Amino acid sequence: MRRTGLLVVAALALGAMVWAQDTLLINGAGATFPYPIYSKWFDVYHQKNAKLQFNYQSVGSGAGIKQVTEGTVDFGATDGPMNEEQSKAFQDKRGSGILHFPTVLGGVVPTYNVPGVSAALNFTPEALAGIYLGKITKWNDPAIAGANQGVNLPAQDIVVVHRSDGSGTTYCWTDYLSKISEEWKSKVNKSTSVNWPVGLGGKGNEGVTGLVKQTPNSIGYVELIYAVQNNIPYGAVKNSSGNFVKADLASVSAAAAGAAKDMPDDFRVSITNAPGKTAYPIATFTWLLVPSKIQDGAKRDAIKGFLKWMLADGQGYAEALSYAKLPKEVIEKEKKAIDKVQ
Amino acid sequence: MAGSRSFLSRLRDGDEIARLVTFLFAASVVLITVLLVYELWIDSALPRQKFGLHFFVTTVWDPVLDQYGALPFVYGTLVTSAVALLIAVPLGIGASIFLAELAPARISDTLQFFIDLLAAVPSVIYGLLGIFIVVPIMREVIYPVLNKPLGFLPIFKGPSYGVGFLTAGIVLAIMVIPYIISVSREVLLSVPRDQREAALALGSTRWESTWKVVVPFAKTGIMGSVFLALARALGETMAVTMVIGNTPQIAASLFAPGYSIAAVIANEFTEATGDLYLQSLIELGLVLFLLTFVLNGMARLLIIVTTQKGSKVTN
Repeated sequence: MRRTGLLVVAALALGAMVWAQDTLLINGAGATFPYPIYSKWFDVYHQKNAKLQFNYQSVGSGAGIKQVTEGTVDFGATDGPMNEEQSKAFQDKRGSGILHFPTVLGGVVPTYNVPGVSAALNFTPEALAGIYLGKITKWNDPAIAGANQGVNLPAQDIVVVHRSDGSGTTYCWTDYLSKISEEWKSKVNKSTSVNWPVGLGGKGNEGVTGLVKQTPNSIGYVELIYAVQNNIPYGAVKNSSGNFVKADLASVSAAAAGAAKDMPDDFRVSITNAPGKTAYPIATFTWLLVPSKIQDGAKRDAIKGFLKWMLADGQGYAEALSYAKLPKEVIEKEKKAIDKVQ
Repeated sequence: MAGSRSFLSRLRDGDEIARLVTFLFAASVVLITVLLVYELWIDSALPRQKFGLHFFVTTVWDPVLDQYGALPFVYGTLVTSAVALLIAVPLGIGASIFLAELAPARISDTLQFFIDLLAAVPSVIYGLLGIFIVVPIMREVIYPVLNKPLGFLPIFKGPSYGVGFLTAGIVLAIMVIPYIISVSREVLLSVPRDQREAALALGSTRWESTWKVVVPFAKTGIMGSVFLALARALGETMAVTMVIGNTPQIAASLFAPGYSIAAVIANEFTEATGDLYLQSLIELGLVLFLLTFVLNGMARLLIIVTTQKGSKVTN
């Protein structure tokens, strides 16, 4: 009895060793927003390259940055680019730089619940900033009504809803508000969590949606993908060219194309309020974070191989999962940047 | 020397081994508590140096400007727990008296089964129940009923969003009632028969014997159940964050949205970048620990004081 037990243990250990030798495990952690497409990519890539296994934990952008800086994972992922302070921390700790690789795009949309209003509402930047600063407090305020001729808006107090958990969605939303409102920039600014002037907090996209659905005369913001997949009605936002644009895959990609011309070499760029007639103004890249020096040669080749595949075949999986694809110009630029990983 | 065997023989018999092993288990409890406080203390060095005691009295929580104050969270934690106990204690103790003293055994046991079931429901389920049932009832029924006649009182003033201190308190009350009932019932059932019989023999009614003899006899245990409920209410995270509104503010009105310590830690920990931000959240954890510690200590004192007073009266 004891001997068979030992044999089983030995066989298991041997099996694990063989598996470990044959399969190269690459660990990553970070943003939750791109998790569905990342897990699809890593799954497909593993099927094509049986010896490579990517393991991704969607622990949040902040935790992803922290873990890649500590070196507990091979790569990170984030919805907001690392700031100077974080890049410096990485440089100090790991002795090399960190590279940002945009993978797909997402958008953030305003959702609302106004009894008696079924039409899709139009929001001007001034209206959104005013509402979230707590200066516009009634639905029939001229700043909202002016952009919605013919819609009978009630004289009710606006209930503002925001995310309570730290999130890339909040980063994108506050980044946009900081660009279009000086007052927002000086009073609140942008981050994954901010000191909100007004409003209730809901945990996650589902928490915000739940509060908006439950509370008459409320407004909130959620990820485009979440709104699309759950059939949540959302409004159009006036872009920098003065057109009211409703978010969809095309208008989010258009925002990236508008920003692609001035894309910096490190890809750390915000594409909120991007130029372009059809560009949706509240959009963002999501990035993979790869150290510029990877000691382990096998891992380095695997990560570079994956990045190349992601920019080519990988992009084909994006739209089925409601993510906007990268524009061609960005892809070309990224292909060159892969060589920086050494 | 009869009776005191040598250490070796006790070791061989297993007595000494059993003593050592169980001692280690018991010691691990102390060890874990000490380690917990130590880690919380070490990992919150930055905000303790930067803010000092201001951490406890400032109300701004701004991750962008790196300004952190714990007061709104402490306030929210205390208010929601107090509301929960105000509702749950009379209900829970009343129910446990019925189950232990008045109900037929079969009904009592059946109900106990349901109560145990309630105690085992995960808190996220209570949170969902809160969002979909308590919140609308709050906004459409309880708020008008309380706000119209009592709106002049600061605690019932202002608009209601459905979520807020009172909603969180009610959901917490629903969550902790099973604990109070379960423990109190056991304690009441363990009161010796003699006590009841003596009271009845002296001519008291059934209720008099319950209220004046059995309940006072079980007082310490019942209080224990209340403190268990309090501890649970203070630390509850998921259900509270779903219904409290997650707005760090100090408002007199129970209808206003607020925030609790456990909720803000759960919400912001994963995305907390920057050492000061992260360590401030850890210091909040330390504050919650202290809060629990102080309240528990006060509770123990209360028990000691009241039991002494009780015994003096009976003497």
